[in-house]
Amino acid sequence: MTTVPSPDEGLTAAGLAAKYGLAVSGARPSLAEYVRQLWGRRHFILAFSQAKLTAQYSQAKLGQLWQVATPLLNAAVYYFIFGVILHASRGMSPDVYIPFLVTGVFVFTFTQSSVMTGVRAISGNLGLVRALHFPRAALPVSFSLQQLQQLLFSMIVMFIVTIAFGSYPGPSWLLIVPVLVLQFLFNTGLALIVARLGAKTPDLAQLMPFVLRTWMYASGVMFSISKMMAGRPEWVVRMLQVNPAAVYMDLMRFALIDGYDASNLPPHVWAIALFWALVVFAGGFVYFWKAEERYGRG
Amino acid sequence: MADTNSQETPDPRPTVIADELHIVYRVNGARTGRGSATAALSRILGRGSDDGERGVRKVHAVRGVSFVARRGEAIGLIGSNGSGKSTLLRAIAGLLPAESGRVYTDGQPSLLGVNAALMNDLTGERNVILGGLAMGMSREQVKERYQDIVDFSGINEKGDFITLPMRTYSSGMAARLRFSIAAAKDHDVLMIDEALATGDRKFQKRSEARIRELRKEAGTVFLVSHNNKSIRDTCDRVLWLERGELRMDGPTEEVLKEYEKFAGK
Repeated sequence: MTTVPSPDEGLTAAGLAAKYGLAVSGARPSLAEYVRQLWGRRHFILAFSQAKLTAQYSQAKLGQLWQVATPLLNAAVYYFIFGVILHASRGMSPDVYIPFLVTGVFVFTFTQSSVMTGVRAISGNLGLVRALHFPRAALPVSFSLQQLQQLLFSMIVMFIVTIAFGSYPGPSWLLIVPVLVLQFLFNTGLALIVARLGAKTPDLAQLMPFVLRTWMYASGVMFSISKMMAGRPEWVVRMLQVNPAAVYMDLMRFALIDGYDASNLPPHVWAIALFWALVVFAGGFVYFWKAEERYGRG
Repeated sequence: MADTNSQETPDPRPTVIADELHIVYRVNGARTGRGSATAALSRILGRGSDDGERGVRKVHAVRGVSFVARRGEAIGLIGSNGSGKSTLLRAIAGLLPAESGRVYTDGQPSLLGVNAALMNDLTGERNVILGGLAMGMSREQVKERYQDIVDFSGINEKGDFITLPMRTYSSGMAARLRFSIAAAKDHDVLMIDEALATGDRKFQKRSEARIRELRKEAGTVFLVSHNNKSIRDTCDRVLWLERGELRMDGPTEEVLKEYEKFAGK
């Protein structure tokens, strides 16, 4: 049928495409269209994150019990090293220090594992990227969501520990919700940024653990920044305190622990938390979208 | 064609146009076979702008392929292993970015296959839902078709296997479930990569029938296969790729005859 002379003869490929309204395959959609497509895939994003979470422990005999047992063991190890051996509590009573440490570890782990899974979100799922159509941001978002669900399991441990050391649920516990929302936005933005970087340079996955460990020790997971840095210039303390990981940890501790009052927080802490969440999320999203058509190249 | 004016367009609407398409894969550190720490170092330190000098090896998989596919056509892709057939399909689907040249498509071409989205540690049941969502079906559509998918796969014919993790399935059972999920969705432009040869004889018959059904609903079908019989049965036009170049494009019999002469049959 291609031998029949037709009025299409002589048209260039682009001209032919234009005449019949064909679009370039694999072109990047506009930002608004991209957001719409991503929203259309929300059920996939949720199902994928839950599937990853379940698959994690499906071969273990205790099964999903590990969702709670793993963070509990983590907290125990950190307490043994920093509480018992290194005495990092610096004058905090055990009633405050142990919940302080457990909260810090879990909240930081949320950010840490979002970044770690984010780096591999594209480069570790090339099979998926090369087989199916979906806005690629679905992957990093889905992995952050998986970490959020992991944190919700850890929260059970967090609540038990906090109550066991005498801080009972009160109205301040409601602050957990906005803290989690803001931290999730921040983590997702960060995951989107490192996902694009990791797609281009997979070596980042090797480098990331060192960056994250440095970040962890600088953010006061095991010690209170204001107590550890007592006597140092004010601006050094402030610099450490406004780093996003420290902000979300301190807000969570402030919400949960009775003996951890507002004097441990930097001024304008909520504004800072909101700033980090919005700027990193919006920036990360746009940054990721800009390379949308290039993900999946070998 | 009811919607085309015979005076103006004797040919049916084009659905896929490939224009001088080139696809290049880049492989890091594949230049030297041995441990390539030194190669990696020279890659980082090397200032040469040429990729070859920095230890990145380029594989030029598709070289300047152009063709126009029209509505209602079933097109077979043939060629020896590594001739770029699967790569070309992925590029048409917009899943592999082109080095140069363009592919224009009408609607969204889809590859028949969901393997990558499925997880072996999950039950068949959850994989059906996950696979359906991954292909872009809505939650309601998945729910609606769930029973059809399970029935079609025949997984439950020998007991309640759909509630067991997929890693416990035999390879044949897993392949059947994967095909059933993939074939549950209707497509504008459908691309099938040697998917016909899965499962036992009975299932093959059933999947061939399903592919014919999908063909009727889809605008254009691409089929990659090494089985000349299934190409003859389903396709009316064949593209022959060799070393990434389009060697021949024409009616099935003509191209297959040349190809068989080339392959020495």
